[in-house]
Amino acid sequence: MKKHILAILVENKPSVLSKVVGLFSRRGFNIHSLAVGVTEDPEVSRITIVADGDEYILEQISKQLNKLIDVIKVSNISDESIARELALIKVHATPSTRNEIVEIVNIFREKVVDITKNSVTIQVTGDSKKLAALEEMLRDFGIKELVRTGMIAVDRGASAILVANGKKEG
Amino acid sequence: MKINGAACMVKSLQAEGVEVLFGYPGGANLFLYDALIQSDIRQVLVRNEQGAAHAASGYSRVTGKTGVCMATSGPGATNLITGIATAYMDSIPMVAITGQVGTDLIGKDVFQEVDITGATEPFTKNNYLVKDIKDLPRIFKEAFHIASTGRPGPVLIDIPKDIQLDTMDFKYPDSIDLRGYKPTTKGHPRQIKKAVSAMMESKKPMIIVGGGGVIANATEELIAFAERMQAPVATTLMGIGAFPSSHPLSLGMLGWDHGVYPAKQAVAEADFLIVMGSRMADRSTGKREEFAQSARTVVHIDVDPAEIGKNIDIHIPIVGDIKNTLQGLLSQEFHRENPEWIQQVQNWKKFTKGTGAGDGANGLDPMEIIKTLSRKSSNDTIVATDVGQHQVWTGRYYGFEKPRTFLTSGGLGTMGYGLPAAIGAKIGQPDKQVALITGDGSFQMNLTELATAAQEGLDIKIILLNNSCLGMVRELQEHNCEKRYTQTTLKGNPDFVKLAEAYGFHAIRVTRSEEIEAAIDKLLSYDGTMVAEFIIDPVSNVIPAEKA
Repeated sequence: MKKHILAILVENKPSVLSKVVGLFSRRGFNIHSLAVGVTEDPEVSRITIVADGDEYILEQISKQLNKLIDVIKVSNISDESIARELALIKVHATPSTRNEIVEIVNIFREKVVDITKNSVTIQVTGDSKKLAALEEMLRDFGIKELVRTGMIAVDRGASAILVANGKKEG
Repeated sequence: MKINGAACMVKSLQAEGVEVLFGYPGGANLFLYDALIQSDIRQVLVRNEQGAAHAASGYSRVTGKTGVCMATSGPGATNLITGIATAYMDSIPMVAITGQVGTDLIGKDVFQEVDITGATEPFTKNNYLVKDIKDLPRIFKEAFHIASTGRPGPVLIDIPKDIQLDTMDFKYPDSIDLRGYKPTTKGHPRQIKKAVSAMMESKKPMIIVGGGGVIANATEELIAFAERMQAPVATTLMGIGAFPSSHPLSLGMLGWDHGVYPAKQAVAEADFLIVMGSRMADRSTGKREEFAQSARTVVHIDVDPAEIGKNIDIHIPIVGDIKNTLQGLLSQEFHRENPEWIQQVQNWKKFTKGTGAGDGANGLDPMEIIKTLSRKSSNDTIVATDVGQHQVWTGRYYGFEKPRTFLTSGGLGTMGYGLPAAIGAKIGQPDKQVALITGDGSFQMNLTELATAAQEGLDIKIILLNNSCLGMVRELQEHNCEKRYTQTTLKGNPDFVKLAEAYGFHAIRVTRSEEIEAAIDKLLSYDGTMVAEFIIDPVSNVIPAEKA
């Protein structure tokens, strides 16, 4: 099923995230990834949800989200958007494999952020494909721990999703 | 002058014009009740909090005002839940207030603590846990606004004990600022034009109206529209009353198995369908892919955009409330005649689906009882029902002429709704006759509220259709489980006449067909609450069994 990236502007209040997430599970919509953070307006948070579904499901999700009082705006971010995710990957390393790991990381133009006698921790930023590719390359060394932030995204170009007060349509 | 949070609540309720509060006291709403002593708000003490929510719903449905109910924390709050969910499914404006343990104790699992905002999240339009007294007036203002506008629904406010006692300078806000809540009430002119031109091309137009037609008070516009368009009108269970059943264009109740024959036939043959204020749930439509197969154009009007196209496939969506949108439609130039279509509809209307009741040896035919009541009661009589076979029979056989005269739990299907809803209705419309049609199963769900009716000195006409079983489930077992009847016989039923008398009410039992008319006469003319128990034939069905 096609994946959709939804940008949801919400009032920055304690109960809002549970209302949004609860709606997904209640109506049988599947969340692939989730990221939340405050926007340029401290009273507004932006939730980015990657969800599976066809056009009917996408329309239903958007309409149901819009019904939540604390949801200010729901936008569907296009496939051509700038979408990024960050992962931290802790990999088994020995003196004999360490150089090879670092070389792979360099080829991906990513960073080694911590190193010990028997481990290397890598920070990787990019779209899902890049993260998956690096993960695949590191798997043979033994991944001890992997943590991802969930995707965030903005559309390309000058147009923006406005947080301006009272604007449901940006 | 500083006043405490409980007094702020009372002042907020007064600012909203609240006249009645249905509730039940406890430790965590102690101060709220204490502050109410000084007010002129009528307080109705129920016997179970669920009854408070249903009574607030009944009150709201007959008055159009927002119903208010209150409970304490913990079990008081959880008892409200069924009533809140019932109101949510039927889009009833309601504000439910709960007491909560002190803010410093929240999350510690103290006595009578429950996360009621968390629990009610799926079936409230919005809910609030008040954490700072300064927010209290704004929260009340928002709650009443949200509950009563757009698609109405219940809103819950949870007020911790310390907030009830904290103090502030009270000022009720004049305006509200909710950037995430701006319902569209007026249908878009371009969509309205599209709908009219599609309608003009049709030969067999039909209107389906749901609860949204009642909520929007759109009856006058609906009649005008149906007459100008010469289109027959079917109502869903929730839409009953929105269009007078005696009108020549009335088809009666729509429902896959539950509705009447002319409505079902018209949906199957209509080439143009305009659906107003209905989510078109499964009970109305049957299977999505089999619904309205002849319709080339389906127009769907609803104030809630999320309902449009959710359950049926549509061509022209119009977001707006039914009254406003009908006014928009009526402002267009159109007039049409469909004499052949109307004639066909009239022919279908000659057919009445019965109940399959026998010759009277095993009990009365419920159809005869409801039709007699319908004939003898006035058009202003308010009828509440419970849930089950009697509910469907009432929808089918009682001729409702006016909106807000039929109260039933359409969406959630809550047995036990009827009695407390009738209590709320009688309090909301004391000058109108209020009747309850119930069954022996449903009646026993919230029987305890008979005490509330007695305490308030209410006059409610109770028609109890007793088949000594859970008829609807028994019928489902007959149709779907090869007549393996289980757990549907109510063996321990009380003597309902004695029971009613125990509460100080008059009661009679009717077992013979020739007694029905006199019993209904007695019931309608009696001064005070009276129970008329009719022993009905247990084989009476919504879908009559095939006669061998």
